[in-house]
Amino acid sequence: MESSILTFLIFLPVAGAALMLPFSKLYGKENTHYFKWIALITTGIQFALALILYRKFDPALSVTESPFTVQIDWIKHFNIQYFLGVDGLSMPMVLLTALLSFICILASWKIEKQALGYFSLFLLLDAGMMGVFLALDFFLFYVFWEVMLLPMYFLIGIWGGPQRMYAAIKFFLYTLFGSVFMLLAMLALYYYSDPHTFNLITLIQTASSIDASIWGFSVKYLIWIGLFIGFAIKVPIFPFHTWLPLAHVEAPTAISVILAGVLLKMGTYGLLRISYPLLPGEVVNFSYILAVLGVINIIWGAVNAIAQIDMKKMVAYSSVSHMGYVLLGMAAAISESSAGAQAGMNGAVMQMFNHGTITAMLFLLVGMVYDRAHHRWIIFPRDYEKPELAGQPGFGGIGAQVPIYTGFVALAFFAGLGLPALSGFISEAMCFIGGFSAFRTLTIIGTLGILLNAIYFLRAYQRIFLGPLNETYKDLTDINKIELATIVPLAIITLVLGVYPAPLLNMIAPAMDGIIQIVQSAL
Amino acid sequence: MESNLNLLALLNLFLPLVSFAILIFFGKKIGESAHWVALTLIGITLVIAMFFFSTVFSPHEGPILQSSIQWFTTGSFTLYLGFLINNVAAIMLLVVALISFLVHLYSVEYMKGDPRYSRYFAYLGIFTFSMNGIVLADSLVMMYVFWELVGLSSYLLIGFWFEKDSAANACKKAFLTNRVGDIGMFIGMMILFFTVGTFQLDGLADGVKDGAFSGNMQLLTIAGILVFMGAVGKSAQFPLHIWLPDAMEGPTPVSALIHAATMVAAGVYMVVRIFPILTPGALEFIAVVGAITALMAAIIAITQNDIKRVLAYSTVSQLGYMIMALGVGAYQAGFFHLTTHAMFKACLFLCSGSVIHAMHHALHELHDHDTDPQDMRFMGGLKSKMPITYWSMLIATLAIAGVPFFSGFLSKDAILAGTLSYYHSHHGWTIFLPLAGFGAAAITAFYMFRLIFMTFYGKPYEQKIHAHIHESPVKMTFPLILLSVFSLALIFTLPNTVNPVDSHGWFTHAVPMVQNNAGLDMHAVEEGIHHAHYTAMTLSLIVAGLGIFVSVLFYLLQKIDASKISSFMNKFKFYDISFNKFYIDEIYNFLLYKPFLGLSWIASKLDWDLYDQKFIDGWGWITLKLSDKSGDADYNWLDQKIVDGFGNLTNYFGKNLKLSQNGVVQNYLLGGMLGVVLLIIIFQQF
Repeated sequence: MESSILTFLIFLPVAGAALMLPFSKLYGKENTHYFKWIALITTGIQFALALILYRKFDPALSVTESPFTVQIDWIKHFNIQYFLGVDGLSMPMVLLTALLSFICILASWKIEKQALGYFSLFLLLDAGMMGVFLALDFFLFYVFWEVMLLPMYFLIGIWGGPQRMYAAIKFFLYTLFGSVFMLLAMLALYYYSDPHTFNLITLIQTASSIDASIWGFSVKYLIWIGLFIGFAIKVPIFPFHTWLPLAHVEAPTAISVILAGVLLKMGTYGLLRISYPLLPGEVVNFSYILAVLGVINIIWGAVNAIAQIDMKKMVAYSSVSHMGYVLLGMAAAISESSAGAQAGMNGAVMQMFNHGTITAMLFLLVGMVYDRAHHRWIIFPRDYEKPELAGQPGFGGIGAQVPIYTGFVALAFFAGLGLPALSGFISEAMCFIGGFSAFRTLTIIGTLGILLNAIYFLRAYQRIFLGPLNETYKDLTDINKIELATIVPLAIITLVLGVYPAPLLNMIAPAMDGIIQIVQSAL
Repeated sequence: MESNLNLLALLNLFLPLVSFAILIFFGKKIGESAHWVALTLIGITLVIAMFFFSTVFSPHEGPILQSSIQWFTTGSFTLYLGFLINNVAAIMLLVVALISFLVHLYSVEYMKGDPRYSRYFAYLGIFTFSMNGIVLADSLVMMYVFWELVGLSSYLLIGFWFEKDSAANACKKAFLTNRVGDIGMFIGMMILFFTVGTFQLDGLADGVKDGAFSGNMQLLTIAGILVFMGAVGKSAQFPLHIWLPDAMEGPTPVSALIHAATMVAAGVYMVVRIFPILTPGALEFIAVVGAITALMAAIIAITQNDIKRVLAYSTVSQLGYMIMALGVGAYQAGFFHLTTHAMFKACLFLCSGSVIHAMHHALHELHDHDTDPQDMRFMGGLKSKMPITYWSMLIATLAIAGVPFFSGFLSKDAILAGTLSYYHSHHGWTIFLPLAGFGAAAITAFYMFRLIFMTFYGKPYEQKIHAHIHESPVKMTFPLILLSVFSLALIFTLPNTVNPVDSHGWFTHAVPMVQNNAGLDMHAVEEGIHHAHYTAMTLSLIVAGLGIFVSVLFYLLQKIDASKISSFMNKFKFYDISFNKFYIDEIYNFLLYKPFLGLSWIASKLDWDLYDQKFIDGWGWITLKLSDKSGDADYNWLDQKIVDGFGNLTNYFGKNLKLSQNGVVQNYLLGGMLGVVLLIIIFQQF
């Protein structure tokens, strides 16, 4: 059982998708509730499995000692393995993926357009995401990485907003562009390491002894750059970030949630899983740039978010800003102060998880108001299709009309702006504290984010919920039961981890210790 | 014993939160009787606070309670949560619980009939919880956590009537302005942490004493000033004071509790807590900020006509006093003034609330919705109609004006002695400090009596309104009476002395001078204050008397026409500057807010319209053009000539395989995934 749980986590959704086919044959594609229930049950079981895994997971064990690790030869000739494992870095991501997948099925309950396609693609996406977080063989990792791309392309392109095709193609090409570099880096790692292997655990030992150069550049440096571009696009790190606002805005609600909640984390996950342990020397050389990019992300994302008049775009740019905290925290791995390095690295992974839950709430909440009002403008743009509304506030004063909804938005917004007692605060503070120990001036600039993030959230909150009620919305209905079911678990997690982060932290800390040790040894 | 104290402290902290939780989740059901939940829980909190306060009088070495638990750890990086109750904290606990309780009681009447009645009490609960957290905190991190939480409760309560645009603006402004200060506080905390290695208050004090900053005292000065930035925001010091007057958009009892007595004093309290690690350099900076604030806010208060705005600026000014006191080393005086001010200022606000309440109801009965119930020009002659409110407010005014027999005299006198002594030892420009202190004292006496005379004396503005004015009910007047009693000097000097000009009593006994570990000789400071005491007292009596006398001439006897003076003063724009609050809001708006929003707009254009649409998509465009060309070559040459030969062959197979290609995308992908599984199985054989 223990050694097959990871395989189940990945392939259960595939089975679910396969199961939909006979149902569609038997009952017709119009009976969409079959697909919904199959998807819900599948992701439900997957989430339950993830929880069981969490219960049995021992953070003190390394992946080589863990009972969950699966290692089977796959393509023996090339030394490629079906190698899955879970450690403190992947455990929170697995939980996040399983939870958000389940919630997103609920959030997609209203999808009627080609439901069979939507839900089966969603499950395949789910499988791909799980695979990325569990794979310990680079080749396998890459396969899952690419597997994930295609469903995402269709989910945006078919079920998205008015500019969905443009957004989908842009997302696809952007990511594919990064994948090419990643592929080259992967092959270089394979060929220059001795013995030739894709095994990420073996490579920790062997990659550091690569001592070749191409065109005067050291191979390790080139590999680092290749990996970095691949991962940076996913995060997204400035200046590779512009696919994100478009994709988020055009994607349907649940897909925005997955994009921001899970996909962005793959970038930083990849850096921590592959780049950091394999190329510690390059991490040391590059950490300052990483911190600079992190601070740019924080500031640039927030400054752009302030100017947005579309709620979804505002949340999208807030993601750019919040992922900046992760980068700053990660860069602190080179800190001379062990408290600083640990605060930064643990803060970074916590921030990945916390941002996942908080931003999921934000997108779900925006989706709810969109379902009712059929728009999500904070202020209508000047060239709006209805000229009498152009430049007018999109909402206004609905706080008294829909108090429960407003309460959840307030919670999500305040979590987003890093209010203590909500989860985002602890991880952001730790990223800063870590960053400060290694890059004092940069971090001080970065702390401006504390203010900037508050500005756009509070401005939006005022414009939408406060002030006199906009008469257009005097019949707006409050949150319903299904919506409540999607938002309450996330709200509880945000609150609990804000008050008591130890469960999450204890899971992460030993794994981070390992990475910090590797990086510090290269100093 | 220790565990009992811990339990009590925990209850003291969490009971108000329980009140919040109950009222948020079940408020709708509880409805009109929401106040019973809140009053009961805050009542118990008050009893516990009284207990802690009582321990101040029993002899003890060190803190009353000090305990902490680990919050979380990564191994080397560990944060703790804990309580540090010393005499100062115990007094503060009582101040918070007492005023919170009285405000709860008062609000039962004041907020009657509000559609969000239960929500209001819930918010008061979360405020009291957060405020207690600041008071109890034994580390800067814990303080920061609750620091932000009081910011949240302040946001919620200022914006309680959020349908008003002014309230919606004010709550946002308050939160954001505070965050500016909080950034400084956060950076300061990080400097302290990475130099001393702890966030614990006692640990920091010990670390500084043991020379953690030795040879780098300048860094400690910077850290101290940065942490103080948090107080600049929270305690509305110049230049971040702009949010507090706007915060008056909240219900008046909230203004009394949060924006007069307790939360805004949190900044002062924080400086009290970190006093041992503040270097003389940092303290000098703090003193100057306090002096500027005290004087400037007093000048603004002279010309305001809104009764609450006068009190708001008076609060800013008095907070400036406290900050200045701490800056000149008069530690005891600063905290003393915090305590006395909490009582008389809460009293003043609640009295103003009583007046506004009466005005509001009178105007309501007259169906007059245009007259502003807070504008003093529409009041006048209310003394006979509202005797309890009048007498309470008069007592509190005497206290704030610094008249002997009233509490403010004792604490203000001590502060002024501190500034004088600071000048005596430093000379030069530091004369600004006593000048600001005595100047503000005179102005305070003047504008406070202006308020009293405009509101309670003279002819009523309109007989109709006056006829409908009634004294407030007992739930409102009881807190007034109690707080006005607590504004008497006697309350703070018992049982040692009944001498009205001698401040030695239980308070001075309970709050002895602390040691400063960062290089300030507290004995010298104490001695200096002692020497300056009588000069300060004489001077302060003179300036207070002068202020009151001028006010009597202007507004009671009306021997001098105030409008003539103001138009004369306005020849030098003095009136306009005061009335428009030194134009600071306008300056910020023009220099900071507008340009920043413009900048963010430009950034969004750069990011999207230029960078993404032109540069990034430009690559796509180039690729398309290139592929067009190559596609052309490809098709005309390669394809048509060579490939088609093979193609015809393929067509044959294609026709037969077409059946599996039903165009459903997910089938392709599913096929792909199953393929992967198949491949895994197949390749295992190699």
